[in-house]
Amino acid sequence: MNNLPPVIITEDLTKVYDEGAIPVKAVNQVNLQIDQGEFTALVGPSGSGKTTLLNMIGGLDRPSSGKVWVDGKNLGAMKKNQLIDFRLHNIGFVFQAYNLIPVLTARENIEFVMLLQKASKKERNHRVLELLREVGLQDKMNNRPDELSGGQQQRVAVARALASKPKFVLADEPTANLDSKTAANLLDIMSKLNQEEGITFIFSTHDQRVIDRAHRVITLVDGAIESDELIANASDHIESV
Amino acid sequence: MLFQIAWKNIWRNKTRSLLVMGSVVMGLWVGAFMMAYAFGMIDQRLQDAVKNEISHFQSHHPKFEIDNEVKYFLSEGPEMLRKIRLDKRVKAATGRVIVNGMVSSANYSTGGRFIGIIPAFENEVTGLQDKLTEGAYFDENSRNKVIIGERLAEKLKVKLRSKIVLTFQDSTGNILAGAFRIRGLYKTYNATYDETNIFVRAMDIDQLINLPGQYHEIAALIHDPGKLDTVITDLTVAYPKAKTEDWKDIAPEISLMIESFDQYMIIFLIIILLALSFGIINTMLMAVLERVREIGVLMAIGMNRTKLFFMISLETICLVMAATPFGMLLGYFTVQYLGKTGMDLSAIYQEGYAAYGVQSYIYPKLEDIYYIRVMCMVIVTALLASIYPAITAIRLNPIKAIRKI
Repeated sequence: MNNLPPVIITEDLTKVYDEGAIPVKAVNQVNLQIDQGEFTALVGPSGSGKTTLLNMIGGLDRPSSGKVWVDGKNLGAMKKNQLIDFRLHNIGFVFQAYNLIPVLTARENIEFVMLLQKASKKERNHRVLELLREVGLQDKMNNRPDELSGGQQQRVAVARALASKPKFVLADEPTANLDSKTAANLLDIMSKLNQEEGITFIFSTHDQRVIDRAHRVITLVDGAIESDELIANASDHIESV
Repeated sequence: MLFQIAWKNIWRNKTRSLLVMGSVVMGLWVGAFMMAYAFGMIDQRLQDAVKNEISHFQSHHPKFEIDNEVKYFLSEGPEMLRKIRLDKRVKAATGRVIVNGMVSSANYSTGGRFIGIIPAFENEVTGLQDKLTEGAYFDENSRNKVIIGERLAEKLKVKLRSKIVLTFQDSTGNILAGAFRIRGLYKTYNATYDETNIFVRAMDIDQLINLPGQYHEIAALIHDPGKLDTVITDLTVAYPKAKTEDWKDIAPEISLMIESFDQYMIIFLIIILLALSFGIINTMLMAVLERVREIGVLMAIGMNRTKLFFMISLETICLVMAATPFGMLLGYFTVQYLGKTGMDLSAIYQEGYAAYGVQSYIYPKLEDIYYIRVMCMVIVTALLASIYPAITAIRLNPIKAIRKI
């Protein structure tokens, strides 16, 4: 482990959904610390609270009780617009269903986040081309999502998540819809970015291919942490970050 | 890029967008045409009223207008008429002797307004001779001859050369009756005017009412209607005993019609735009609800609510503005074309319009400022119509939106 303070801290984090007749505790008093540069997988069966925990860490959802500190900031104390702004500059999201903007090309989808950040045209062009090269889609930059395969779309989604130069990338089941080869390729890209740029990746997954690559595996059952394992060869990597 | 996204989003569902754009085009087309049609009608009514009935200005004895009594003639009438006719700003002017009374034929009697005219001058002002449909205009041999409206002739069941009797009071209140022969029949676009006004030579009637050479009314046209106020002021100063008024004061109903017309048109446009706005709201709401997941993603990756609101509004404006030029151009060219050729509605509306003194041949016209006004109203409508869909979008919860299938 490095000597820097953790970048993500959750304190008794709880989320209760009480929209139905019976309240459902999706996340139950989770206490977690994640260091910068981790490549962490949240695993567990369906309904174990992986995605809910990920959403609360990403500031997309608010906890019912407890606190989330990300990069020293208490997300629960932020107003809606502050949270949106925080997400824009600090967090990249990768979704299971890619969720690209269908009317924009691959290049425009990546560039869009930077436009929201008010980056200069020169900076945008440079970053977009760099990311397209990283994910190996330079030749598809002018294609719209419906002209790309699932794997290619997810690579664009990863590039989009990284466009804002986030400190964290939260990926919700990123490989669920991909075949083995494509999934491996995508994980290679993310792993490389993690190592080269020190970006913290947190995956919500039950895909063994992702779990195998993770440096830390946190298992959730019924909204609570059942186990939290550091993978041996991963520790070396984290030390080096 | 927001504009780019907005523009591209419009074309996601081409049929739906084209339908809304079509309704914008139709709304603007119909709106511009209806305004031009009504403006043309009003303008024509004004032109006809000025040309046929009231002229640009009239002078009377101040009390004449109250009950049209014969004794209230213009004390300086002949001198005033001479001066007015010499004024270079005046195009044409005439004096009239006006007497109200009864007109009778063997079959029928009715009220009438007997107007003693100076035939040559009257023709310069109202073009009465051109309105004759039968018979001839007055000449030096037309003593005790009258020219009456076709409609009055039908009512009295008389024809050319028939004899009618005019009964009226002279300046001292004595009842007089005189037999006149019909020399000509005229027709204007105003049914009421035609049924009421009977023209005789002033020299035939002024003797009968004991006011030889006097006038009750001086009516005149001027070259530049913009100078009307100055001409009236000058006349009022020169002849303070006479009351000189412009057409707005003489026929306040026409003035009121023109002034209130702007408001009618705004109400009319608001109705069109209101209908349009419901179509826009419906379309944009569908567009938002179809893209709930995408909007959720936009919020998740950092698009704030202001930008999201702006994007939806921009989409609505793009949708409407893409159609606006077509609607405006269609309206403009339709109005230009029909303004030149005119619209002949005599087959359907002649009787109805005549009752209001309006021609059934309409020349639609619309000033450019109205096109701009309509365009501004359409933009405002689009903006207002975008509010509800945009609010719906920004109220979405990103988590729930992303999970939406």
